[in-house]
Amino acid sequence: MVSRFGAYILLMLKVFRRPDKMKVFRKQFLVEIYNLGIESLGIVAIISVFMGAVVAIQTAYNIDSPLLSLTLVGFTVRQSVILEFAPTIISLILAGKVGSRIASEIGTMRVTEQIDALEIMGINSSNYLIFPKVIAAMVINPVLIIISMGFGLMGGYFVAIFTNLFTTQDYVEGIRIAFDSYTITYAIIKTIVFALLITSISGFEGYSVKGGAIEVGAASTRAVVWSSIMIILFNLILTQLLLS
Amino acid sequence: MIEAKNISKSFGENQVLKDISVKFEKGKTNLIIGQSGSGKTVLMKCLIGLHEVDEGDIFFDERDFSKMSFKERKNVRKELGMLFQGGALFDSLTVEENVMFPLTMYTNQLMEEKKERVNFCLNWVNLENANRLFPSELSGGMTKRVAIARAISMNPKYLFCDEPNSGLDPHTAGVIDDLIQRLTEEFQMTTVVNTHDMNSVIKIGDTISFIYKGELWWEGDKEHILNTDNKELNDFVFATELTKRLK
Ligand SMILES: Nc1ncnc2c1ncn2[C@@H]1O[C@H](COP(=O)(O)OP(=O)(O)OP(=O)(O)O)[C@@H](O)[C@H]1O
Ligand SMILES: [Mg+2]
Repeated sequence: MVSRFGAYILLMLKVFRRPDKMKVFRKQFLVEIYNLGIESLGIVAIISVFMGAVVAIQTAYNIDSPLLSLTLVGFTVRQSVILEFAPTIISLILAGKVGSRIASEIGTMRVTEQIDALEIMGINSSNYLIFPKVIAAMVINPVLIIISMGFGLMGGYFVAIFTNLFTTQDYVEGIRIAFDSYTITYAIIKTIVFALLITSISGFEGYSVKGGAIEVGAASTRAVVWSSIMIILFNLILTQLLLS
Repeated sequence: MIEAKNISKSFGENQVLKDISVKFEKGKTNLIIGQSGSGKTVLMKCLIGLHEVDEGDIFFDERDFSKMSFKERKNVRKELGMLFQGGALFDSLTVEENVMFPLTMYTNQLMEEKKERVNFCLNWVNLENANRLFPSELSGGMTKRVAIARAISMNPKYLFCDEPNSGLDPHTAGVIDDLIQRLTEEFQMTTVVNTHDMNSVIKIGDTISFIYKGELWWEGDKEHILNTDNKELNDFVFATELTKRLK
């Protein structure tokens, strides 16, 4: 454990360097924006709509006292989507989707000697392979999270349209109650940290594969497990730091 | 010329290379032969710095590679090409992009110039019209040829080939051998080839180093390898039924 953490840190010191060729880096960066970001749009949208809808329905059912206003539904959906569901749940989903992809891609390159081939050309292979992914995720994931917030709020709105639990007016009014834009900042900071965790941990797992196809599979599982655990852990730490 | 002086390499308890000193000459195809597991790949990877040696020195034309910093090594690495056992082509790039890769990373050539060089290299390995294919669409022999084209794209002084014809039929294997030999002579490269294919050994073995259990056991060339009285070497050379009968 400790030695793996040491190895991770050592690798990251090699990853966070100026790329050998900026032109090549820019191209890779755009490819990764597409692979890691645009390709994840669909799943992010679907999950967010359902998340928002479920929170709305649950809140509405729990408000059975006539003293409580139904505008509370919109308020609750907004708070939970922005503070927790969008940044944390979506990052966990991305840890599964993006993490396994990165670890298996880089792991396969390791076992088929493609990484050796890069090294032999005098290229800093860890920087070449991992850095564009880290930067791309740190840029595109916040965008995904903002989109997720939008879809989450829409989910609640759909509930208002298709049921008679509360009206769209209640909902929209609720969304506007006591809005603090710092919550968005907080969500984005969390997302950027999670993006760094997902891509660097998965990159490390893939890069340090030894052996063959079986080890690549194992590395990809480890990538997802460790990124998820670290997301949960850092969620606690960041929440304490940023909201206190 | 490449020279290894007293190099040793262990992985944990397992000492793979034992005090090996060997020279590889310019303009010649220098073979490293030996049984599977004898340490050929490890020796080659030590020569090019993919493994650090525990002891000893490696000289590329008098330059002490083993004592260089990462930056200094980079300059030497630009002068060397390597053909990996499985080809090690980049899956996400086309044949053309694979061969162009070193040029993109290290030169500021215009696209036109790079394309010209790529086509020149692909021409050398007899692969026209494969530019747009992806590595997954190539046969084993084609993969090796693209890998050779990539290895020579920077016009290297040193060429390393790890089992260039493993997994190929005898005819295609012969084509690859010819190619390596012609390249070596034409561009006066120092070529080092790992192999356990006796056909290649007697065809292109300008110099031959036989590794036995991590030790340099015998040195010679294709003229002498068939009639030595070294027991372990004979066991290796005449291992197949065919060669035994011919003998
Ligand atoms: N990265 C490594 N870590 C630990 N041991 C290794 C490593 N690479 C090779 N070895 C060991 O070194 C020994 C020699 O392996 P090597 O790959 O050099 O054999 P080889 O002569 O190339 O065989 P082949 O003809 O099958 O390719 C083997 O016992 C192998 O287990
Ligand atoms: Mg080998």
